[in-house]
Amino acid sequence: MDGRSYFSGALSPENLSRIASNPREIPGILGRTRREFLRDAAGLALGSSLLGASPFLHGEAVAKKRKVIVVTFGGGARDQETFAPEGQENIPNLLHELIPQSSFFTQVTNRGILGHYVATASLATGVYETLNNFSAVPPEHPTVFEYFRKDLHRPSSDAWVVAPSNGFNRIGESQYRSYGPGLGAKVILPKHLLSAATSGGATDYDHLLRDNYETPLYTPQIGGGEVELQQLENILKLSVDDFTKHARTASSPDELSLYIAKRLMQQEAPSLLWITMHDIDIAHSGAYSLYVDAIKRTDRLCAELWKAVQSEPEYAGNTTMFILPDFGRDSDEDPGGNGFQHHRTGDAVSRTTWMMAMGAGVRPGVVYDSPVQSIDLVPTLGSIMGFSAGVSQGKPIQELL
Amino acid sequence: MLPADLKPELFAAYPPQGRALVLSHLEAIRQLPLGFVPSLLNTIIDYDYKFPAERDSTERELANLASLSPEQIKQWHQSFAQLSLSPWLEQFDWVNQPGQFLEMESAHLWSTHQLDAFRQAATEYGDRLRQAKPPKPIPVQRLGIAVIGQGVASYDATLFRKLRPHGTSFTNIKPENGISLLLAGVAVRAKAHPVSYGHWYVDGGVAAPCDPVLTCLSYQGMEPVRTAVLKNIESELKRPGMGPEELRTHLARLAPADLAIDRPSEPVLDRFQLKLLTEGSGTQIFSTTFAQWTAREVLRRAQALTLLVRFAPRQRQRPMNEMLASSNTAPEVDPVGSLVDGDMAAWYQWINQQRLPGAEKSSFLVWFEGHNQAVAIGPTMPRGAQSSSAFNLAELLSQITT
Repeated sequence: MDGRSYFSGALSPENLSRIASNPREIPGILGRTRREFLRDAAGLALGSSLLGASPFLHGEAVAKKRKVIVVTFGGGARDQETFAPEGQENIPNLLHELIPQSSFFTQVTNRGILGHYVATASLATGVYETLNNFSAVPPEHPTVFEYFRKDLHRPSSDAWVVAPSNGFNRIGESQYRSYGPGLGAKVILPKHLLSAATSGGATDYDHLLRDNYETPLYTPQIGGGEVELQQLENILKLSVDDFTKHARTASSPDELSLYIAKRLMQQEAPSLLWITMHDIDIAHSGAYSLYVDAIKRTDRLCAELWKAVQSEPEYAGNTTMFILPDFGRDSDEDPGGNGFQHHRTGDAVSRTTWMMAMGAGVRPGVVYDSPVQSIDLVPTLGSIMGFSAGVSQGKPIQELL
Repeated sequence: MLPADLKPELFAAYPPQGRALVLSHLEAIRQLPLGFVPSLLNTIIDYDYKFPAERDSTERELANLASLSPEQIKQWHQSFAQLSLSPWLEQFDWVNQPGQFLEMESAHLWSTHQLDAFRQAATEYGDRLRQAKPPKPIPVQRLGIAVIGQGVASYDATLFRKLRPHGTSFTNIKPENGISLLLAGVAVRAKAHPVSYGHWYVDGGVAAPCDPVLTCLSYQGMEPVRTAVLKNIESELKRPGMGPEELRTHLARLAPADLAIDRPSEPVLDRFQLKLLTEGSGTQIFSTTFAQWTAREVLRRAQALTLLVRFAPRQRQRPMNEMLASSNTAPEVDPVGSLVDGDMAAWYQWINQQRLPGAEKSSFLVWFEGHNQAVAIGPTMPRGAQSSSAFNLAELLSQITT
């Protein structure tokens, strides 16, 4: 048994005779819907007419100073709660602040396993990983952090991951031969830090310590290169008291993650920063209002992060930020699922998402509806930052090169 | 082992009715591919505890199988036969643990990128089966009722946004005695069209008094079962090696007798209640999730002819670990959040109802409890229309069911 079997909704025997017959055309329809909405509502241009000159005009001279931030809009939000007309009220910041500054890709598909850890690992390696979603195991293939550090000879302080739950603590580096240990990103787990800071006993913080919305009681053993408590002071320049005091004001784990990310930007200024949001996955509890609240919060946090980028001298003007969900959630129409609650059917809606890229070198206000895959992110980052993602199975996204 | 190797003695542990059913179709089952048989056995192994509609569905499927020639059986299941399964799946005891086999098969299909092929095979098979063995006509048009918003004094945002285009919005409903009138109405239907497990009342809080002709489940009424399940989970989590999937497998195997909550007179309902809590994510914690998931399962499994679901305020979000520990602090409730939950759940209830036979003639009513807003959907209700008629709930029910 492994973590993949958790996503077995489509296999339930009752569904054998009741699974919807649809899925082939849905990704294109979703993409077109997003494109038309963005063109009509936000007045954005269609990307196909702009192809030609590279947006990354300054090439290698700029590459040394370039910063890249990747934010996963997790864990899994559907169009009808975001970009569809009835969902737009939930994402005012993406819509009115960030998208006008972005190149927006309307059709990003994830053809891998739809579990948050394994899908995030796939995003980070550019290969559809098949690891156990619920175990603290490293990705099988080299991560973007390893490519970046090895090819560009960057120190460990230059690549960081801020991840939501303990299960993500091994995402920083693979065990791939010629890459692997010592070449990856440092991983910081804010909830793990908080747990350590409160010696695991302060119930005031319990609301932040939940590890995984799919399996709320499961906390894998930590065994990777996570930041230890003393690093709060050494790296983040935070006393335990200050940290716990701030945590008391955070309404959610993702708010705490944003706080940590900002501290990292101030203290370490990594060139490659990866932040995985996870509040939205509260949807697994089945309470729709909590799911929508989390989307609104994530929308706000993305905007706050972009504001922080503009206000940090190390980042302002030379940072490219990518925001993308790891995947969607099941459609209302698929009888194998239960609508927004899970992402177990593997239907087209749960596999089809979007991506926005903004900041340095990116054409603002452009919509691209050509299909890309989530594994295309890593080779694209390689082309932008100047490293080779040799083992990745994705392709660089031409519209961003 | 492959299906061709099946022998009668391998089914010795099956409950008696399920065993009889599988043995009477063994020759046909032997001809099916491994990618299909455990799904079928997973249905049959619980046959003794299934609702009448589920039994009928299984019997129709097996009758169809028996009517096919060996060549036709091969043709019908070709897509399943083309799935590439690993040798360790063949070696697993899929006869006695078909559910666990399905979990492992699912893992294998995900990791080998065969899930889409499985979905396609299942879709084609289902369509074909429905054409070959259509379900029996139902004795009365289906009726669904969702009552949402209990405890909410006022709400300014628009409700029923997803359902409005499918029916008529009423803005001047008389709310007095609404629940009693609705329960009386569905009891009359149940008495006029008696069908075992055909008429249901599900309450996310405390059940209102109702006629015993209705099958009634409530969040409060199931508290002993919830407590037993949560205690079992707590104790299992302390065992070494317990992880999320191990817990899931453990819960899937639980029977009412394991928790000492079985009642000899209600084996089917007891098992159904347990499944609601062991298979439904969040049903143990949030009453709105319990009501939504129960409605889904009542429609999917029992294929209810009548289903009244009343949503009650769920507890405010607290950490799951704390909630699962059943701390004694009285939980606060979140009426407005529960109204939003219920609004979405009503949409899902209607969708699930419309997946059942006779959808074109079925009716649905959603009402904001204690208020004058409702949406009624049915063959006689104009779509996307609005009405200011001052009906009470009995009159509105009568409008959509006649």
